[in-house]
Amino acid sequence: MNKMIITEAKLFLREPAGPIFAILLPLGLLLGLGSIPGFREPSAELGGQRVIDTQLPGMMVILSVATMALSALPAVLVTYRESGVLRRLSTTPMPPLRLLVAQVINNVAVAVLAAALLVGLGNVFLGVALPGNPLAFVGVFLLGSASVFGLGLLIAAVAPSTKSAAGIGSLLMFPLLFVAGMWIPREMLPTLVQRIGDFLPLSPFAQALRDTWAGHAPQPLHLVVMAATLLVTGALSARLFRWE
Amino acid sequence: MKVIEVNGLRKKYRDRFVVDDVSFSVEEGEIFGVLGPNGAGKTTTVECIAGLRVPDAGTVKVLGGLHHAELKQRLGVQLQSSAMPAKIKVWEALDLYSSFYRDPADWHALMERVGLTDKRNTPYAKLSGGQKQRLSIALALVGRPKVAILDELTTGLDPQARRDTWELIEQVRADGVTILLVTHFMEEAERLCDRLALIDAGRLVAVDSPAGLIARVQDSQHVTFRAPAAFDTALLTGLPQVGEVRRDGARIEVTGSGELLLAITTALSSAGVVPTDLRAEQATLDDAFLALTGRKIST
Repeated sequence: MNKMIITEAKLFLREPAGPIFAILLPLGLLLGLGSIPGFREPSAELGGQRVIDTQLPGMMVILSVATMALSALPAVLVTYRESGVLRRLSTTPMPPLRLLVAQVINNVAVAVLAAALLVGLGNVFLGVALPGNPLAFVGVFLLGSASVFGLGLLIAAVAPSTKSAAGIGSLLMFPLLFVAGMWIPREMLPTLVQRIGDFLPLSPFAQALRDTWAGHAPQPLHLVVMAATLLVTGALSARLFRWE
Repeated sequence: MKVIEVNGLRKKYRDRFVVDDVSFSVEEGEIFGVLGPNGAGKTTTVECIAGLRVPDAGTVKVLGGLHHAELKQRLGVQLQSSAMPAKIKVWEALDLYSSFYRDPADWHALMERVGLTDKRNTPYAKLSGGQKQRLSIALALVGRPKVAILDELTTGLDPQARRDTWELIEQVRADGVTILLVTHFMEEAERLCDRLALIDAGRLVAVDSPAGLIARVQDSQHVTFRAPAAFDTALLTGLPQVGEVRRDGARIEVTGSGELLLAITTALSSAGVVPTDLRAEQATLDDAFLALTGRKIST
């Protein structure tokens, strides 16, 4: 199993475009947008918070997780299925499930690295406060990431081709990011959109991340929705995943 | 000892039996061929043997009835439409796959044997068709299997690469590995296989040695020669080996069976007839398949 993880990590690093994009885009946006003076003023819409306090860095963490989980992971897995890598593996004593695990580990590692850089560099260059409730922040990050990766595995399970995986990935990613407050802070979205978002995977993740960043406890509803997403997508992808 | 026993195997896809009541057994140390046209159900048959598909009916017993991971430890499988990740290097693939088995072969030696040592750092996507096939064979052998299943091994290879691959398979058999070879390629079956199962449209047509299958073709021998105009074909029609004699000017065409050529030359020489341009042709597996199923195997 170790050799599988190491080999997959090596292969992963030989196609660095995806991970680099997933790290540099959110980081660049954070540092770039974070330098705009308007985002550094307290805002009435955010309840007196500044955009760079939790809204912007929180969303950038979500963006990198979503990029890895909904775009990078399904792309590799569906390519593996399409080209017959999974079929080849299924003739050996190694359960192909281990390959999935190795891939998830790689992609999660990138998301973790991106989050660490966003928190660290945001603090150094923009003076963004470190998460006020660090334990809960890490817990929320892990649970939320797991739920989004569950969704990514489900895409990999049902997408018949690499192209359709990319299509489904972006089709899900952009609306989910929108209702989570990627482009317009959630607080400024219509109430109905906010309500709908509360029951989709990314908004509770984003809100819980911002809550814990600001030093509060996460809201139970958010945790429940993330856990439920993880359970449902996990069970569905285990059921629907085809090896060839 | 029988290493593979297939009994009454049936497999259905969407209401259609692609494998319909197939039975055969493979002896230890054999190269056993599964031969048939594209879409005959050959791959499905071996997928059931390899434990990748569950038969709808019938039984498959491999190495005395191994299953799942235990079966896969002892079985090396090279399937069609399977691949390695594009960027994996030759040595990494061998190293990785050898880690899957309890008692793997030395993959360095295996890499040498399939002639890929100078390609050890080449990524899979950059290998030629023949090199990919050789890597695939090496990966099928890296677990030191008792039985190797090789599916359409030489399809798409040039003649030289094909002959090299055949030699490799003969060496592997010499090491005591039983080989189940799936092919739609006559020359390959005739050259390599000790016995063959002919499969057509999901059904088993015959199991026999290549020579035995060819011998089933009625009038499998074909002899032509030129004879003087005065030659009387009645001289040949009485021979037991002769089936039919046709005359086209000076050209005589005889079909028959058994030692046809010897019978004809003996009869001619005792009658003092000197044939010119004498040729003898044997039926091929292609003819055997045609005779047994009414259709040509090659498309």
